[in-house]
Amino acid sequence: MSAVEISQVNKIFSTGKQQAVEALVGIDLSIEPGEFVSLIGPSGCGKSTLLRLVANLLEPTSGSVLVNGKPAKQARLDQDYGMAFQQSGLFEWRTVARNIELPLELKGWDKSKRQARAKEMLELVKLGDFATHMPWQLSGGMQQRVAIARALAAHPPLLLMDEPFGALDEMTREHMQAELLSICAKTGTTVVFVTHSIPEAVYLSNRVVVMSPRPGRITDIIDVGLGSHRDEDTREDTSFFKCITAVREALRGIEVTDIVRGIEDR
Amino acid sequence: MNRSPAAIAKAVAPPVVFGALFFGGWQLAVNVFDIKPYFLVRPTEILDKFTGNWDNVWKAMRVSGGNALVGLVCGAALGVAMSFVLLRFRVLDEIVTPLSIALNAVPIFVLVAVFNNMFSITSEVPRRLMVTLVVYFVVLVNVARGLRQVDATHVELMRSYAASDWELLRKVRVPNAVPFFFTALKIAAPGAVITAFVSEYFGGSQNGLGNKITSNMSTSKKAEGLAYVVGACLLGLAFYAISIIMESVATPRGAGERAGERA
Repeated sequence: MSAVEISQVNKIFSTGKQQAVEALVGIDLSIEPGEFVSLIGPSGCGKSTLLRLVANLLEPTSGSVLVNGKPAKQARLDQDYGMAFQQSGLFEWRTVARNIELPLELKGWDKSKRQARAKEMLELVKLGDFATHMPWQLSGGMQQRVAIARALAAHPPLLLMDEPFGALDEMTREHMQAELLSICAKTGTTVVFVTHSIPEAVYLSNRVVVMSPRPGRITDIIDVGLGSHRDEDTREDTSFFKCITAVREALRGIEVTDIVRGIEDR
Repeated sequence: MNRSPAAIAKAVAPPVVFGALFFGGWQLAVNVFDIKPYFLVRPTEILDKFTGNWDNVWKAMRVSGGNALVGLVCGAALGVAMSFVLLRFRVLDEIVTPLSIALNAVPIFVLVAVFNNMFSITSEVPRRLMVTLVVYFVVLVNVARGLRQVDATHVELMRSYAASDWELLRKVRVPNAVPFFFTALKIAAPGAVITAFVSEYFGGSQNGLGNKITSNMSTSKKAEGLAYVVGACLLGLAFYAISIIMESVATPRGAGERAGERA
């Protein structure tokens, strides 16, 4: 059974109106359990929309989205996935630990079980000493780690991430990527990861899904043959650069046609 | 906040020095230029009347302060209750919010003249009603905004947790509105005191600070009148201080600062 099964999905905003936007057209994508898949493309290509369809924060206009073999809505109600955004979205009136407990509270876990899990998750993201801190006392990178801990608190089989490291500086970003890979290796979580950084997508992923705008669609899927073990040396490996070039060329095709069309429109 | 005595002294010194210079200069000016008491009285005379007449000043403070307090509590309670109603019924919100903001811009305490005709003029009801109304709008506008202006990421997260509207209200909207409520209270508390005084200018019982100030001034008892002004200042400060203390007790450190930025 696939972790995520998207078939013939279309998403049109403002259906029937003059300014109707074809956000996604004819999307087919199947993601295996334990796989790390990145969605990449220029802005407006619908990558965030696609992630929200999987999360059932949006409903497709047509087609079907299955998560863990269930309709996306049921998967959301069962909290089968965790989610992290570019903004850490921590609740500033809750301590770090109580932020991580929130999804468990909503699942109806009792207090002692919640606290034990929060502690375990904080250890996992190496913030064991910060349980009683308030979010604003933490740096951006630390806040994002708390957000990941919270997303994984209920041990969901699937993690959905929308440019989670987009607001971090380059150094912190590379560090966080390595952390995320080691967490995923430990937990065996499937990840769908939206980014617009090519090296980030290549470093993290088993497969990179290249998307293009107007209408939003998948134009290419690139297999990243870097193996399962990746560390800082991977970033200097020739096969790493080869993959980056492959993704870049797939994206370049999009940009060129896009510009040409933009001129014709005028 | 654990500040050292030296740091506290450093923070307190400038206003204390300024106050001493101001009142010293005032006293000196009256003496040196031989300013007549019907124009300007000495600070020491005001202090004399304030301490010598303390029983009466305190009595008037209790009347005006009582009106302000009753109005503040009622207005805040009504404002909070109404902001929840507005959150629930969007159509109502579109009617009430612009009206509330418009009313905030007009000096509505003149309405006390109307209330004086509606209710017994010798009771405190018209004044308390006036304070209630002023506080109500300040609290309503702020709390309604706090309940509504929640982080879009927070809303998406709660949806991803399959949270109900009730859970969203309890775990996101209400905590988000708490700093807004205290911001409103900090504006409304001194406003309540001012409204209580001004309401007394429109007639009714001659028992509050506002009455005492005007009647003493009009009979040229400047020092007595100013002694009541000192009482009025103390009352305003007390209300403000209480609202700040309540805020620091109710909200964790830092949350208040952030609300200050947003408000």
